[in-house]
Amino acid sequence: MEGIKITKEVDARGSFCPGPLMEMIRLIRSAQVGDVVAVISADEGTKKDLPAWIKKAKHELIAEEPVEGGGTRFICRKLH
Amino acid sequence: MEDKISIILFSGTVDKLLAMATLASGAAAMQKKVQIFVTFYGLLAFRKDAWKTNRRLSKDFEDFATEAMKAMEEKKVPSWLDTLKAAMEIGDVQVHACGLTMDLLAIKLEDLESVVSDVVGVGTFVENASGGQVLFI
Repeated sequence: MEGIKITKEVDARGSFCPGPLMEMIRLIRSAQVGDVVAVISADEGTKKDLPAWIKKAKHELIAEEPVEGGGTRFICRKLH
Repeated sequence: MEDKISIILFSGTVDKLLAMATLASGAAAMQKKVQIFVTFYGLLAFRKDAWKTNRRLSKDFEDFATEAMKAMEEKKVPSWLDTLKAAMEIGDVQVHACGLTMDLLAIKLEDLESVVSDVVGVGTFVENASGGQVLFI
C-alpha cells in the first residue's frame, strides 16, 4: 500500500473468531481520527466479519491484502 | 425489532458458555445492546473462580467431549469468561443474575464473578427483552 502509513498493526493469526475483530475494535478505539490501522488474521470467519464491522461502524476499509505465510491484512482508516 | 439481543443462559457447560460469550461479542461488536440473564446451571458457572475448574460439556455430545476440549486447549481458545469480558469492553453488555436461583441455592451477588452487575427477577428480564431478539442457551 504505497503512500499509506499504518500507525499500528496487530498480527492476530492464531486467534479465532471473534478475536481478530476484537483486536480491530481495540485498535480503532485507541487510534486518532484519520489514523490507519491494520489487523492480520488467518481466521476464515473474520474475512466477512471484519469488513462488515468496518461498514457498520462507519470507518473505511482501505484494503485487504494477502500476507506472506498465510492470512490477510485488513487495513482500516478511522473516520470518526 | 430493536437493536438489542437478550440471552437466557440456563446451561453451565463450557461449550454453551463459550457459545454465549462468542454471541455476546459478535452482537456487541455489531453495536447491539446485549443483556444476559444467568439462571440455574448458568448461574452456577458464574460463581467466583468456577470457570477455572469447570470442564463440563453438554451431555448430548459427550462422545465428542474429549476431542473438543483437546482442540480448545491446543488452539488456546480464550476462556468463555475472558471472551465475555472482552465483549463488555467493546460494547454495551450487561449480565444479570436470576433472583430465583440465587434464593434457591443461597448464592449472594458477592459469590459471583464481578461481571455480574445485579440480581433481577424474570419480570425485569422479560420487560428489558421486550421488542428485541431472545436466545435461550
